[in-house]
Amino acid sequence: MQIQVTVNGRKHTSEVEPRTLLVQYVREVLELTGTNIGCDTSSCGACSLHIDGEAVKSCTVLAVQADGANITTIEGMATADGTLHPMQQAFMENHGLQCGYCTPGMVMAATSLLKEIPNPTEEEVRIGLEGNLCRCTGYHNIVKAVLAAAGK
Amino acid sequence: MIPAAFDYVRASSAAEAISLIGQHGSDAKFLAGGHSLLPLMKLRLVAPSVLVDVGRITDLSYIKDAGDHIAIGAMTRHMDVEKSAVLAQHAPLLAHAAGYVGDPQVRHRGTIGGSIAHADPASDLPATTLALGATYVVQGPNGTREIPASSFFHGFLQSDLAEDEMLTEIRVPKMNGAGWSFQKFNRRAQDWAIVGVAAWRGSHGSGVALVNMGQTPILASAVSKALAGGASIADAAALAADDAEPSPDNNASVEYRTHLAKVLVRRALEQASA
Ligand SMILES: Cc1cc2nc3c(=O)[nH]c(=O)nc-3n(C[C@H](O)[C@H](O)[C@H](O)COP(=O)(O)OP(=O)(O)OC[C@H]3O[C@@H](n4cnc5c(N)ncnc54)[C@H](O)[C@@H]3O)c2cc1C
Ligand code: FES
Ligand code: FES
Repeated sequence: MQIQVTVNGRKHTSEVEPRTLLVQYVREVLELTGTNIGCDTSSCGACSLHIDGEAVKSCTVLAVQADGANITTIEGMATADGTLHPMQQAFMENHGLQCGYCTPGMVMAATSLLKEIPNPTEEEVRIGLEGNLCRCTGYHNIVKAVLAAAGK
Repeated sequence: MIPAAFDYVRASSAAEAISLIGQHGSDAKFLAGGHSLLPLMKLRLVAPSVLVDVGRITDLSYIKDAGDHIAIGAMTRHMDVEKSAVLAQHAPLLAHAAGYVGDPQVRHRGTIGGSIAHADPASDLPATTLALGATYVVQGPNGTREIPASSFFHGFLQSDLAEDEMLTEIRVPKMNGAGWSFQKFNRRAQDWAIVGVAAWRGSHGSGVALVNMGQTPILASAVSKALAGGASIADAAALAADDAEPSPDNNASVEYRTHLAKVLVRRALEQASA
């Protein structure tokens, strides 16, 4: 089936099998491999990206369901000249990552969260990121980074 | 993990969805948010040959004040239920419970209709709407019918819906200021309830329903009856598991679930009565 999506501002028209997962489409067809697959069972959030500005787990969305949508992946967060998105900058400055595997998903979930709650409390950040697992940091610096980004 | 191959068709109205499901036979399934169906398909626990995508039927996404009740379109997402000002005013228990479904990413996709139609006893919204005395509106090839939540759930993932019927609307009576509480007990954030309780109590009675305490969401009628008869909260809560038939799993034995239900119902009633 033919789908048309806008990904990080670029229009793509592709022929996909209906069973193609959105994460598979983004990684394998568009070769945007910043979106990671962690659990592949809707739990870890590593595959989070934005559909029309809201974070979703792209391992649990069919590419055909995203037909016509505006998609942003981690590759679309920095500006064309390489200036990091304030959330990425905040993760860097606050040491919000160690191995980095969860980071693209964390950044996408965190930016979506700040859209819904622009000035969250620490507790709201922790609850808002409950769909994203990190095996390295113990979350403290991730929470710090999101609070720092909210302050900007 | 990739689902087995299937054909995909889109419906732009409930009537079209029902006719498409009818054409494709018993092997076809509706696809709403996909957040129960796709995980099952990825594990190849189910392999429908046709998916009828109802996710684009935007006129089934609404929350309306309809006088004595609030009417919610089946395709309304959990996030929209959670954030609804109308529900915050008239059925705050439901808005609050919707905020406990999975995580924000799940709530951006999953729908209230999908959750109820799926009829998973571990889900939060079937039990919550059951506690509230909701009515479900179902559309089929021969028109619509209204089913009280109390007779909708037949068994594990089994409901009163026929294969060619679609859940279109959920009608939730206004709570009229009744006290309420939602208790969800789990060990990790984002998890399903090991046991959950949705409860309200007002001048016109009470409603208590249990999550994950049997093959269906369970209405704890014995508790409400006892309260109506003047029993104390502690005495009424002791009857919490009387209508339940919990099963054991990795998280909890039958005894532990039964104990949890009593404790959580007591907490819920205390909070609802405060
Ligand atoms: C990681 C994760 C965590 C979750 N945690 C929770 C939780 O804590 N609590 C909880 O309650 N739920 C939880 N869920 C499930 C979530 O609530 C689902 O969104 C919901 O159960 C199904 O809604 P859906 O719109 O995604 O339905 P789908 O998955 O699209 O459909 C589910 C089933 O219902 C049928 N169906 C869908 N819509 C209709 C309709 N209108 N009429 C007739 N049949 C229909 C479909 O054919 C399918 O069989 C979780 C899901 C995930 C992935
Ligand atoms: S890979 Fe999608 S949630 Fe883990
Ligand atoms: S930084 Fe390693 S998983 Fe989060």
